[in-house]
Amino acid sequence: MVGIVLVSHSAGLAEEAAALAVGIAGEDAPIRPAGGTDDGDLGTSLTRLEEAVAEADQGDGVVLIMDLGSAVLTARTFVEDRADVVMADAPFVEGAINALVTAGTGAPLDAVVAAAEEARTIGKLC
Amino acid sequence: MDTAFFLRWIAAVTERVRADRDHLTDLDRAIGDADHGANLDRGFTAVEEALAAKPPETPSAVLTTTGTTLIRKVGGASGPLYGTLFRTLGRAVGEVPEVSQEALAEAFAQALAAVMKLGSAQEGDKTMIDALAPAVPELRTSFDAAARAALDGARATTPMRARKGRASYLGDRSIGHQDPGATSTALVIDALRAA
Repeated sequence: MVGIVLVSHSAGLAEEAAALAVGIAGEDAPIRPAGGTDDGDLGTSLTRLEEAVAEADQGDGVVLIMDLGSAVLTARTFVEDRADVVMADAPFVEGAINALVTAGTGAPLDAVVAAAEEARTIGKLC
Repeated sequence: MDTAFFLRWIAAVTERVRADRDHLTDLDRAIGDADHGANLDRGFTAVEEALAAKPPETPSAVLTTTGTTLIRKVGGASGPLYGTLFRTLGRAVGEVPEVSQEALAEAFAQALAAVMKLGSAQEGDKTMIDALAPAVPELRTSFDAAARAALDGARATTPMRARKGRASYLGDRSIGHQDPGATSTALVIDALRAA
């Protein structure tokens, strides 16, 4: 299964977004939060990202879904050295749910990334 | 320029960041989240400790340790950005005992490209690039010229409207404030003169 890691400025946001995705999409594929700094403040921690990826990694690749700012920059720095970890350019919550549904079917890495990014094109009021 | 030169440069940056910590944070309070000085101070304090714990033996090792520590310890966007700057410098100078002015200028050109790619930023976006980009070609001439270009570049961000980073959320309200990232970049370049 492809793993998913939610990279956020906020530890609480990452944890709750992961819990929401599991509540809706089930837990067939692993999803882990990586939010906040090492001290739990607002910001991004490379150490937390590394730990979350290690936990979500089952050998089929890991998709990162970021919120903004340093979360994006830290993710970009991390994937430089990891061909099996890919960033999805997706809305944080909707992308996480789409990715988890698709990953849970056993879909490959590129399909999970595509599913997450598709969430961008789905309107809420139409 | 040998290993000792690069250690003196990083030490000078650390000292300057510490001295200007509150000024950088004040600039960031106007158009950001008021943590730039504190974040960089925390990062370079960790760099100081890392360099003391395991003294590097080459210029490349000084730069790479600096970059890696910043990525790990800063916590804000400036961590990956400055981390990439120093790590790219470290890779670009190669495993040599001494770096020529020409080689350092070339390494800075590569570092500029790497930081622009990471942040998807161009000149005029009101970011650190506005201080770094004009300084890089001047490094072939002298550190004095590069420091002047970086400082002029940082000052020129004041009338700009931010298009990248946290300040971009402010739109037109970012106009009229000097960019904190460009200001700290000018300080990093200026510290070369003290090395």
